[in-house]
Amino acid sequence: MRTIKFLLQKEFLQIFRNKSMLPIIFVMPVIQLVVLSFAATYELKEVDMHLVDFDRSGVSRQLVTKMQASGYFTLRSQSANVEEGITDIRRNKVQLVLVIPPHFERDLRSGRPASVQMNIDAVDGATAGLIQAYGRSIIQDFDAGIRPDVEEVRGGGPGGIDIIPASWYNPNLDYIKYMVPGILVVLVAMIGMFLSGMNIVREREIGTIEQLNVTPIRRYQFMLGKLLPFWIIALFELALGLLIARFGFDIPFVGSVWLLFGIAGIFMLVVQGLGLLISTVTHTQQQAMFIAWFLMVIFILMGGLFTPIESMPVWARELTLFNPMAHFIKIMRMVLLKGAGWNEIQHLAGLLALMAAVILPAAVFRYRKSTG
Amino acid sequence: MNELIIEAQNLTRKFGDFTAVDHITFDVGRGEIFGFLGANGAGKTTAMRMLTGLLSPTAGEARVAGYDVASQAEQIKQEIGYMSQKFSLYGDLTVYENIRLYGGIYGLGDEEIRKKSAELVEMLQMEALRDKRVGALPLGWKQKLAFSVALIHEPKIVFMDEPTGGVDPITRRQFWEQIYKVAEEGTTVFVTTHYMDEAEYCDRVSIMVDGRMDALGSPAELKKQFEAEDIEQVFIKLARGADRDEG
Ligand SMILES: Nc1ncnc2c1ncn2[C@@H]1O[C@H](COP(=O)(O)OP(=O)(O)O)[C@@H](O)[C@H]1O
Ligand SMILES: [Mg+2]
Repeated sequence: MRTIKFLLQKEFLQIFRNKSMLPIIFVMPVIQLVVLSFAATYELKEVDMHLVDFDRSGVSRQLVTKMQASGYFTLRSQSANVEEGITDIRRNKVQLVLVIPPHFERDLRSGRPASVQMNIDAVDGATAGLIQAYGRSIIQDFDAGIRPDVEEVRGGGPGGIDIIPASWYNPNLDYIKYMVPGILVVLVAMIGMFLSGMNIVREREIGTIEQLNVTPIRRYQFMLGKLLPFWIIALFELALGLLIARFGFDIPFVGSVWLLFGIAGIFMLVVQGLGLLISTVTHTQQQAMFIAWFLMVIFILMGGLFTPIESMPVWARELTLFNPMAHFIKIMRMVLLKGAGWNEIQHLAGLLALMAAVILPAAVFRYRKSTG
Repeated sequence: MNELIIEAQNLTRKFGDFTAVDHITFDVGRGEIFGFLGANGAGKTTAMRMLTGLLSPTAGEARVAGYDVASQAEQIKQEIGYMSQKFSLYGDLTVYENIRLYGGIYGLGDEEIRKKSAELVEMLQMEALRDKRVGALPLGWKQKLAFSVALIHEPKIVFMDEPTGGVDPITRRQFWEQIYKVAEEGTTVFVTTHYMDEAEYCDRVSIMVDGRMDALGSPAELKKQFEAEDIEQVFIKLARGADRDEG
């Protein structure tokens, strides 16, 4: 225990003395959070829409007006032919073809299920997800009885059309509320994945690790010494990020923040464990960086940050089981936005704990104090 | 020599099919100053890294402080100090912080660390530099610090890999004075060098050529055996057969 105290003291002294490290740790994440969050929202300011209104009723007109009034959708063209709209998508003139079927008003008035169809340009999956989310919530806000059918149109080829079921916890049309929790996860994950492991590889490159390896220091002590400082820093940064989210972006904290921190602690062990594991199989910072980035990009792209996991193909959805980031992003959104408690997230938290329990010992075990 | 504290038998290390250390056999008695002489690339560092448990031997065996280097490396580490050829303390920590860190890792108590670091800083005449970052110090001072950190836990054996490499003659003298002092207190000193004159300060020296140990004995014995005036001549006679010189 005393050994670890000395190691922590050393690491913190070095971290706070490193002039390039401080901005990486404290300033960059803040900037990233702010810029990324705004950039992510900005994408959906102007969606050009083609309208095919078969109903031509008062209600259908009201719906279209409401969509326009939201400020996100601009009516570019209309016709009585869905094909014409799809052609417009293919020519990049519009990104959305809204089809209101005949008898829309009648069905709605009589309480029968009514549906509208959203044909979305799905070449840019992230924007498609946004259009879908916004469109869906506007329509359902207009009348909860309407079932929006979503179809993807792929700009280039003949394009398979499939229906995406999506579940959003964010009824207030605020995409930023959806993005910020996810971006926070990415930020702490980056600290975890890069800093601990890179720190070890750096010591290996400079040669200082040799002096440590010739002492009777235990492997787990050494690893804890590398793990804990960045664990603490990441949680501190999460707190900072949450403050910005709360007061800068007005993100609601519906659920328990303590629960969130508890899970974040476990999540950090997983990503840091991966970073440490990478450090045990690499010799240079370059190699370590490359592998860490490779994993990171996969985690982000397949973690449901931009594209909802529900809209991924089945094989990809099954792979997210092994993606700690997917779990934590989900937990983050569920707890922050939906107010989920321990009961709703325990299976995800369990998965994270299991990953930590496998990866951390593996990293300690893989670490060699002597060269073979 | 009374009690043996290092025993090596046919100790060998290969990197791929290159044999860096080739079946060396020797032993070192407690309290001895044992010198490892050899040109650059002769295999001194590799041999020392095996003895300190940093590198596993490819073949042969060695015992250090009674423990086997291959299977009991961690026990060995409690008993030894090591000063590597390449400076490997933390440049972004101060002199005192480096001493405190290693004192702590070797399990010294707070009071001991305070006492020890005051002692070391005084011995090194580094009082004024106590709170200076190590990275900014001249090489000679860095080496002195590395020397004292290697001794902080009063190890039975201290391994020093070219402690005087690249330092000025005055500092070299001081180093050897310190080495004598440490040896007088009963610590075994295992030191490598490529300065031939330093060989004369050792109780016994071994001369490595191309990974092999070609000569072993006290400086007087070696000079007699090779009919040489000084160790430098011994070395030149031996080195004629060498292929490797990376210096
Ligand atoms: N990790 C390694 N991989 C490959 N070759 C090595 C390695 N370490 C040392 N060598 C080689 O082994 C030989 C002996 O090196 P070394 O023990 O450092 O010599 P010395 O300390 O006597 O100068 C050199 O030719 C060196 O290039
Ligand atoms: Mg060497």
